[in-house]
Amino acid sequence: MAMAETKKSAGSATVAAGLREAFYAAVIAFFMFVLLVGVKTDQNIHNELVLVPRPYLLATVVLIAAAVRFLQVVYLTPFLVAQKTVDAGTGQLPTAFALRFFSKPNLVIGLVMAAGLLLFGNSLQAAVGPYWGAYVGLLRAAAIIYVIAWVIFYFRSFISAHSYSLGFTILLVYPVVMVSLFGFQGSLKWVDNFGIQILIYVMLAWGLNIVVGLAGLLDLGYVAFYAVGAYSYALLGTQFGWSFWILLPVAGIMAAMWGVILGFPVLRLRGDYLAIVTLAFGEIIRLVLINWREVTNGAAGISGIPKVSFFGVISFNVSDPNYISKVFGIAQSGAYYKIFLYYLILALCVLTGYVTIRLRRLPVGRAWEALREDEIACRSLGINTTTTKLTAFAIGAMFGGFAGSFFAARQGFVSPESFIFLESAIILAIVVLGGMGSLGGIAVAAAVMVGGTEILREMQFLKQIFGPDFTPELYRMLLFGAAMVIVMVWKPRGFVGSREPTAFLKERKAVAGSFTKEGHG
Amino acid sequence: MQYFIQQLINGLTLGSIYGLIAIGYTMVYGIIGMINFAHGDIFMVGAFTALIVFLILGAMFYSVPVAAALLIMMIVSMLLVSLYNWVIEKIAYRPLRGSFRLAPLITAIGMSIVLSNFVQVTQGPRNKPIPPMVSQVYNVYGVSISLKQIIIVVVTALLLVIFWYVVNKTSLGRAQRACEQDRKMAALLGVNVDRTISITFIIGASLAAVAGTLFLMYYGVVVFSDGFVPGVKAFTAAVLGGIGSIPGAVLGGLAIGFIESIWSAYFSIDYKDVAAFSILAIVLIFMPSGILGRPEVEKV
Repeated sequence: MAMAETKKSAGSATVAAGLREAFYAAVIAFFMFVLLVGVKTDQNIHNELVLVPRPYLLATVVLIAAAVRFLQVVYLTPFLVAQKTVDAGTGQLPTAFALRFFSKPNLVIGLVMAAGLLLFGNSLQAAVGPYWGAYVGLLRAAAIIYVIAWVIFYFRSFISAHSYSLGFTILLVYPVVMVSLFGFQGSLKWVDNFGIQILIYVMLAWGLNIVVGLAGLLDLGYVAFYAVGAYSYALLGTQFGWSFWILLPVAGIMAAMWGVILGFPVLRLRGDYLAIVTLAFGEIIRLVLINWREVTNGAAGISGIPKVSFFGVISFNVSDPNYISKVFGIAQSGAYYKIFLYYLILALCVLTGYVTIRLRRLPVGRAWEALREDEIACRSLGINTTTTKLTAFAIGAMFGGFAGSFFAARQGFVSPESFIFLESAIILAIVVLGGMGSLGGIAVAAAVMVGGTEILREMQFLKQIFGPDFTPELYRMLLFGAAMVIVMVWKPRGFVGSREPTAFLKERKAVAGSFTKEGHG
Repeated sequence: MQYFIQQLINGLTLGSIYGLIAIGYTMVYGIIGMINFAHGDIFMVGAFTALIVFLILGAMFYSVPVAAALLIMMIVSMLLVSLYNWVIEKIAYRPLRGSFRLAPLITAIGMSIVLSNFVQVTQGPRNKPIPPMVSQVYNVYGVSISLKQIIIVVVTALLLVIFWYVVNKTSLGRAQRACEQDRKMAALLGVNVDRTISITFIIGASLAAVAGTLFLMYYGVVVFSDGFVPGVKAFTAAVLGGIGSIPGAVLGGLAIGFIESIWSAYFSIDYKDVAAFSILAIVLIFMPSGILGRPEVEKV
C-alpha cells in the first residue's frame, strides 16, 4: 500500500518535472527558432528581400520540442534506467522489451498485414484515393520491415555466428532477387542507387579504416585520394582510350603516390594538427581540380568517360559488335551494365576486406596497431614509425583510388563537386559509427547511413501527407547529420563494440572496444 | 607601395573576421580538447540572424541610424547564437565528455551538417543580398579605406580588449584558465566545470555572431553554405597560431588574412585558398605545434 503510494507520488513528481522541462524546452526552442523558422526571407520581383512570417510553423516546432522533451523526461529516461537496473539483477532483461515487441502473436499480425497489403495493397490504394493510399503504402512498408526485423531478431545468434558468410551470400544474390522481383528495368534503381552506392561507401570506409582504425591516424581529407583515382581514370581513359582494367591499378598507384606525398610532411604532426593538414590537403586537391582548367576542365568536369567492359570480351556499349545483347542474343537493357558494375564493386570490396584482414596478420599490420596503441613504445621496440605511417597512408589511399576509378566509370562524368569535404566527413563518420577497426560494423554503418538517406528519396508518400511542396530530398542531409549525432551519443564506440585481437595466446577472445585506443595521429 | 598598403588593409579586415571566429575554435579546444566543427556554421547562423534582424528593422521603422542598426543586429545575433551553441554543447558534446576522442568530433561534424541544412530548409538555398549599409570611402595618401573596414577593425579590437579583460582579470576567466589546465583539479577546488564549459561555448558563439554580422555588413550577401569556408579558414588560423592559445588565434587569423589578400593581389585570386592551406602545411612542418602553441609533452 505504502509502496504503491510512493510509486504514485514518484510518478506525479516525474510528470511535474516533465512539464517543467517541457516548458523550458518550449522557451528555448521559441528563442532559437523565432527568427530562423518564424520568418522566411524571400525575394520579391525587385530582387529585394522581404519577410514572410510563419507563426503556425513556429508554433508547431515549439510544441514539438516541448513534447519531445516531455516524453524524454517522463518515459524515455526512466525506461532506459529501468532497463539498466534489471539487467544488473538478472543478467538478461535488456532483451525483455524486444522480446515483448517481437512476440509470436505480433508476428502473425505483421505477416497477415504484410501479405494482405502486398496482395491487395494496390487495389486498396486505388479504392481509397491518393491521400489515404499513401498511408497504405507506409503501413505496407512498416509491416514488411517488422517481419524482416522479427526474423533477424529470432535468428540473431545464428546471424552473428555466421555474419560474414551470410552477408556475403545476401550481397551475392541481391541483384538476382531484385531482378526477379521488379524485372530488369525496375531493378535498376535498387541495384544502382542502393547496391552500388552503399558498396562504394563500404569500400571507401574500409580503405579509410586502414588509416584511421588500424594505424590511428586521423585523416579528414580522404576524399582527395578518391578524387585522384576518379580523375586518373577520367583523364587517361578519355585522352588515351585506355581500358578500365589497365587504369584501375594505375589509379590505385597514383592515389598511393599522393598518399605518400601527403604522408611525408605530416609525419611529425599529431592529433588535430594532422587532422587540419589532411583537411587542407583535401581542399587543395579540390581547388586545383576546379582551377586548373586546361587539364581538368574546371568546375564543368569531364564527361564521356568510357564504360567498363568485361575484360574486353563483352562490351556494354550498344554500338560495339560485341555488345552484351548481341553476344547472348537477349533484349537490350541498361540494367546489364548496372548489374555488372554491382558485381565489380562487390569484388573490389571483397578485395579490400580480404587485404585488410590479411594485412593485420603481417608485420606491417601489427605495426599499425601497435602505433595506434602507443607510438613511443612502438618506437622504442624498434619499429620504424616513418615507414609504418607512410604504408598506412599509401595503402589506404590506394583503395580510395580504386574506388575513385570505379566511381568515374559508373557515373561516366566527374566534377570537383563530387569531392567536397562533406564526403570525407561522411566516410569518416561511417568508420567511427561502425566501430573503428571492425569491418562488419563499418559495412552495417554504411548500409544504414547511406541506404537510410537514399530511402528518403523513395518516400514519395510523404508528399501526399505533407502536401506537394514537400520534398523529402531536402531533409536528407538534415536527417543524416541528426542521425550521426544520435547514434554517436547512443553508442560512442560504434555499432560493433568489440574488437577481434590480431595477436593472441591460445584462443581469440573479443575485446571491448573501449580497450583499444584511437591513436594520437 | 600604396598598392601594398591597400592589400595590408584588406588583409587586416579579413584577418579580423577570421580571428574572431578562430577564438571560438581555440577556446573550445583549449578547455575540452575537441575540434568544434560546427563553429563555422554557428558563424553562418549568426550572419543569418543579423540579416533577419536587419530586414525586420527595415520593415518596422522608416529609417534607423546605421550605428544603432548594427548594434542591435550584433546584440540580437550574439544572444540567439549563444543560445544555439549552448544547446548544442548540452545535447551533442556533454554526453560524450570523457568518451574517446573521435566521438565528439563526429557529433560536431553531424551538428555542422544539421545547422547548414536547417538554414537551407528554413530559409531557402539562394543567396540573400542586402543593400549596402555603409558606403563611405576615405582616401588617405592614395590608399582607399572604407568605413566598413574601419568598423570591422575597431569592433574587433574593442571586443578583443573586453575579451582579454574577461579572461585575464575576472573570476570567470580564472575558472576558465583553471579548467583548461586541469579539469579534475579545478573541479576539486570548487570550480563549476560544466558551467565554465557552457560559458566558454557562449563566449565563442558571441564572438562568432559578431564576426557573422560584420561579414554580412562587409560582403552584403549571405548563403546557407557560407559557414564552411570561413570556418575552415578560421580553424586553419587557430592551428597556425597554435591551437589552445588565444593570442595565437588572433595572430593566425591576421596571418591568413594577409596571405589571402596579398596572394590574390600579386599572384592569382583562384589559388588564394591553396596558398593559405599550403602555408599552413609548411609552417606546421617546421613548427609542429603552431606559432604560439605549447609543444605537447607526453608522459610515459
